[in-house]
Amino acid sequence: MSSSGTFVNRKVLLLIAAIVVLLASVLLPTTAHSQVDTFDFDTNEQQDRFRTLSDELRCPMCQNSSLSGSTGGVAEDLRREIHRMIMEDMSDGEIIQFMFERYGDFILFRPRLTGATVLLWFGPLLFLLIGGLFAFRIWRRARQISDSDTQLNKSQQDRLQALLGEKT
Amino acid sequence: MSKLKFYLPVLGFVVVAIALWRGLYLDTKTLPSMLIDKPLPSFELTSVDGSGVSNSDLPGQIFLLNVWGSYCLPCLIEHPTLMRLSEEGNIPVVGVNYRDRQDLAIDWLQENGNPFSFSILDESGRFGIDLGVYGAPETYLVDADGVIRFRHVSVLDETVWQEQFLPAIAELRAEGT
Repeated sequence: MSSSGTFVNRKVLLLIAAIVVLLASVLLPTTAHSQVDTFDFDTNEQQDRFRTLSDELRCPMCQNSSLSGSTGGVAEDLRREIHRMIMEDMSDGEIIQFMFERYGDFILFRPRLTGATVLLWFGPLLFLLIGGLFAFRIWRRARQISDSDTQLNKSQQDRLQALLGEKT
Repeated sequence: MSKLKFYLPVLGFVVVAIALWRGLYLDTKTLPSMLIDKPLPSFELTSVDGSGVSNSDLPGQIFLLNVWGSYCLPCLIEHPTLMRLSEEGNIPVVGVNYRDRQDLAIDWLQENGNPFSFSILDESGRFGIDLGVYGAPETYLVDADGVIRFRHVSVLDETVWQEQFLPAIAELRAEGT
């Protein structure tokens, strides 16, 4: 009994460990900082802004990595530009606008909300609503069925009595 | 009614499946240029041969702006096309020597031939950023007013020239610019 108890505990522990690893891999930032160049900043806040911006802007040449995660030539140039603009006291909005004017929506990992991107932003919600609607209707119908079908009508009652009578 | 209810999810599945299937074949490598119908960004740089160049040195007619570099292998593939265009003399070709070194650029032009009226030396890639360049080769079609009208990313070979540039140029000429 005790051995099977520890076995179960081990299983539970394994399960918890697996969930923790899974959650960690989803929740923790996974951006790779493969950049080799270093920049000097006056304040930590400037450095944080640089990091955030180069994580949020996409490398135009290498498709699936951010500017911070890319060693491509154009990414290097764009990081240098971000550094320059931060040191010139430009706001994050102005820096993002600068990039957008040259490279378009592509460079933004977080797409702007426009007519063309409405589905991208709210599509998941739409699917959730559709799914929810179907689930609700199925649930409601299931409840109606169980309510009406638990009552036997007269002939069913008679038949039930007859069957029970045969047995006893 | 119940038949419709049955087919609705099936229809939905088919629509989504077709959309996703087509999505697999979308060209995600070519970025649309933000500078179409915008004037060529201003520059004041030197050319590969060392003289100062700015927007006022651009040809006052329809011309090609070709982004190249001595490190760029695909540039060698499109080079014969650019050489032919330059020899025919119907349309000037201006170069942007992008993220390169001046001495390497000069060697490359001597070795392979120089199709460019002049080449803007953009060692830092800063002018390239203003153009929205993300890698050589890229070729822009600029009209007589210095407005960018068309961009092609990657190799400009004879097919691309025939199928994309010639119609675009014909359209510009018809507009009378």
